[in-house]
Amino acid sequence: MSERPIVSNAREIDAMAADWLQRRDFWNWSEADEAALEAWLSESVVHRVAFVRLQTGWGRTERLAALRPASDGGIGGAWRGQVVPTLIRATAALCVCGVVGFLAFRQPAGPQEKVYAASLGNRESINLTDGSQIDLNTNTSVRTLIGGGERKVWLEHGEAYFQVKHDAAHPFVVIAGNRRITDLGTKFLVRREGDELKVSVIEGKVQLDAAGAGAQPQSTELNPGEVAIAKNETLSVFSHAQKSLTDQLGWRRGVVVFNHTTLATAVAEFNRYNDHKIVIADATTANLAIGGTFRTTDLESFIDVTQHVLGLHVVNQGNKTVISR
Amino acid sequence: MTLGAAEIDAWFAREVLPLEAALMQFLQHNWRNHSDITDFRQEVYARVYEAALKKVPERPKQFVFATARNLLIDCVRQGRVVPIEAASDLEALEVAVDAPGPEQTVIARDELRRLQAALDRLPPRCREAVVLGRIEGLSGRAIAQRMGIAEGTVSEYLKTGLCSLVEILYSEPPTVRRKL
Repeated sequence: MSERPIVSNAREIDAMAADWLQRRDFWNWSEADEAALEAWLSESVVHRVAFVRLQTGWGRTERLAALRPASDGGIGGAWRGQVVPTLIRATAALCVCGVVGFLAFRQPAGPQEKVYAASLGNRESINLTDGSQIDLNTNTSVRTLIGGGERKVWLEHGEAYFQVKHDAAHPFVVIAGNRRITDLGTKFLVRREGDELKVSVIEGKVQLDAAGAGAQPQSTELNPGEVAIAKNETLSVFSHAQKSLTDQLGWRRGVVVFNHTTLATAVAEFNRYNDHKIVIADATTANLAIGGTFRTTDLESFIDVTQHVLGLHVVNQGNKTVISR
Repeated sequence: MTLGAAEIDAWFAREVLPLEAALMQFLQHNWRNHSDITDFRQEVYARVYEAALKKVPERPKQFVFATARNLLIDCVRQGRVVPIEAASDLEALEVAVDAPGPEQTVIARDELRRLQAALDRLPPRCREAVVLGRIEGLSGRAIAQRMGIAEGTVSEYLKTGLCSLVEILYSEPPTVRRKL
């Protein structure tokens, strides 16, 4: 191809490129340094591709900075004195308390408290008196407090889709554990499973607040297509393709949609809707990818596909089905 | 059309790098000796970049995989390594080029969560330096003061952390951002 010898020291060159990058980003950087970097890059196209690759990947980690508390400029603020050992600790600063909401529903006049639930394999649609609508997915329970200027919903567990009638004077608030989602005019999906909370915004905006003991109030605004996952004290925000969000709402039509989904995820999804559980026997099988649209209650079709399309072994054992290689 | 280095860099970042997970999979599939793979990857990148300097390939994906295939064929011919599997698989490579790669999968990945997992895999002190630098936005000098270590050590930590994070990020297809 060229006179250049074939690459045989890629790791070494990667390390050199990484060194340039960290020097440029974290230390004093003069014009002479810039010139030296340019010279190094011009030396070989191998240097250049290594540098471009690392620089691009490193650029993707920029989103990490979004986890920094906004109010204190980073240095010497909320985390003064102690080095933050992990990102988990770092994100703790993003938390706020949702407990305040509990004080409200004791008030005698106006707001009415109600409880709604959808049992395993079922779904429910609720029209609230303020014009908003809530769809409940399988195994979900919510408590609502609507009226007298109050618009609060507690998601006890499960998954619910909210289509909120916007009213700037009376924000619509969803409380899930120690997190609080405030509608800024919107359609959004909230899923609470164990200690994990997932908020997906389909339309409009929501504000997500959380609380950690003693932490100063922090909040994150989520835009359409953005999904936040909160677990313990961590909060991650990322973007989803519109199609993937639509797929997530398939349950409102009674279907689950898989698109190169791992079998492990697909099975977990099915198990949410059915008493009869599917169990995967080994890690290799769990990592296989599967696609397609299935009715949430149509286990048979799903098992059929794993058996005949993926060529897996299927064994029925009473109230569960075991899938293996 | 010929472009300047900055434009080629941008083209490379936009069109070629997102293929990395698929490219690595392709190389691993078709080459027995996995210790060569990183070198192969860089060699493929270098060849693609060299070609783009002359003329930017119209179909980047096909070009990248054709380059990878040619590289493997070259290596077999030169007897650089003699993997029987690779030799017998050469015809299969033709097919693999057109097969849909994982990058066509529009499953969006939760990048931050992956970053977090990647961070957690770094040695503790190295992770600390990266967190201070990347999240708190401290300078290298400030990191050194905060951690009470030499500036040279901070450099080493940042270098290692940067390399590892990027490696992990590229090992899966990037988060897909689509028009909504």
